[in-house]
Amino acid sequence: MRSARRRAQALSGSLLRQLVVIFFTVLALFPLYFMLVSSLKSKADYLENKFNLPPHPIIDNFLTAFAGEKFLIRFANSTILTVGSVALSLLIACLAAYAFARMQFPGKRTLFNLMLSLMVIPPVVMVVPLFVTMVRLGLVNTYQGAILIYIGLLLPFSVYMMTNFFQTIPREIVEAARIDGCSSFGVFTRILMPLSAPAVITLTVVNSLWVWNELLIALIFLQRDEMKTLMVGIASMRSRIYVDIPATMAGLLVATIPIVVLYLFGQRYFIRGLIGGAVK
Amino acid sequence: MQYRKHEPWLYLAPALVMLLAVFGYPFVRLVILSLQRTQAGVPAFVGLTNYQLLFRDDVFLQAVRNNLKLLLTVPVTVGLALVLAVFLFERIMGWRLYRMTLFLPYLLPITAVGLVFSYIFQLSGVLNDLLEAIGAGVLAQDWLGSTTLALPTVMFVIIWKEVGFGVVLFLARLMSVEEELFDAARVDGANWWQLQRHVTIPQLATVIEFFTVISIITVLSWVFGYVFVMTGGGPGNATMVTELYVYLMGFRYNQMNMASAVSVLLLLVTGVFIFLELRLRERSDLGLTS
Repeated sequence: MRSARRRAQALSGSLLRQLVVIFFTVLALFPLYFMLVSSLKSKADYLENKFNLPPHPIIDNFLTAFAGEKFLIRFANSTILTVGSVALSLLIACLAAYAFARMQFPGKRTLFNLMLSLMVIPPVVMVVPLFVTMVRLGLVNTYQGAILIYIGLLLPFSVYMMTNFFQTIPREIVEAARIDGCSSFGVFTRILMPLSAPAVITLTVVNSLWVWNELLIALIFLQRDEMKTLMVGIASMRSRIYVDIPATMAGLLVATIPIVVLYLFGQRYFIRGLIGGAVK
Repeated sequence: MQYRKHEPWLYLAPALVMLLAVFGYPFVRLVILSLQRTQAGVPAFVGLTNYQLLFRDDVFLQAVRNNLKLLLTVPVTVGLALVLAVFLFERIMGWRLYRMTLFLPYLLPITAVGLVFSYIFQLSGVLNDLLEAIGAGVLAQDWLGSTTLALPTVMFVIIWKEVGFGVVLFLARLMSVEEELFDAARVDGANWWQLQRHVTIPQLATVIEFFTVISIITVLSWVFGYVFVMTGGGPGNATMVTELYVYLMGFRYNQMNMASAVSVLLLLVTGVFIFLELRLRERSDLGLTS
């Protein structure tokens, strides 16, 4: 009797848990659902009922999105910025992480902590002086200018993560290579880097998500119309007086899909990497 | 391992140059700008005048107040993440799938999310239609257009987006806790609440601290995207925040000196929390030995 009652209690307890989790999952997914169903509706269908499934699914909105608003140029701009800054920051970060993880030098700890603290500096703080300087250097509205800033912003976390990772590589492997006549740069290119694929993938995913999604820097440093990124294009959609919501949703979906695909591709590494980076 | 003395600096050089260019130099420039006033293109030193003007500017004060109000999202975000992580940890059916979907909002661009939510919350938006459909039409509101509701609505979206990161963090730490610890507590007859209080919470303590600090920094200085896309700071200044104030001052009203003064203040406030965070990291002990 008692065990039956306890089992009933446990069952209702787990049912409650399940319901709570389901509620928040639905909440998490709702905007995505809304984006998806709206993007497949005609404007009339959308106004008729905003949250039902599309009664007559159409793909016209995607064609509109691609045709309008220099969508493809913005897509290309976002891609160039993301690939450029992620690749360069990764290279620079790995070199620095090698020094932090494997070499001794005075002031190492202080320098490392100083760099870590840059991780949470809000970008908005640097925007004014950087803009003043970039104007003088003629780097506003250029890929180089924006990529330079993005590299700087990506570096602290990237160095931190790669340092952590290099430290997990057994010292014996490195020492054996040194005895066999490997130079210190050889250790880096032939031993540390080839073993670092998981960390490199994590960083690539995390950093690409960040650059792709970034708004503030792109808004300020890439103002000329043909230099604008996808996110800047999206941000300006709302201020339009006349808005075609289904077409906007189709555009948003296309802008979001690369992120979700990248995440699914690197998911295994991504979560582990985030945790490694956040709390060791 | 033996290295020549100058060698570490060779590897560090590219990173240091970039960091000096993007952080070092701008910091110095920022402080100088904040102490100057430019008239007819000529900068002149004015001491703390810009700062004094700031504290007499109602819009700035409103922005600061709003950032402080946003702090209310922190306990909600942390608490919700904790509850969801614990529930998922108890291996309810399909927890992996739930973890992924709960994390999804954290990945999506704030810009896209903000735009979608503004269509959901607008007067003729989805939420009001939904309320109408279930016969609760009286509850319909102009969620982003009302001075009293706009900030809470933005807060909802911030919580919506940030919770997933906490869930993933907490869950990962819980899964690395020795199973025996939970078993031992159960054998000792601990009920669910006691289990959470005496095992789960202590085990998660450092991660909870970390996530709390990160959340505080987020709402004090990383919410630009939300307000820029959803409300533009309005209606009136109901959702004005310091970041948006910097942006508007510097790039719409061309008041670079005032914008710099706000940036310096923002930097100081963040500095306090960076200090806290560094201490947490120190405790989690990253052994920098080679």
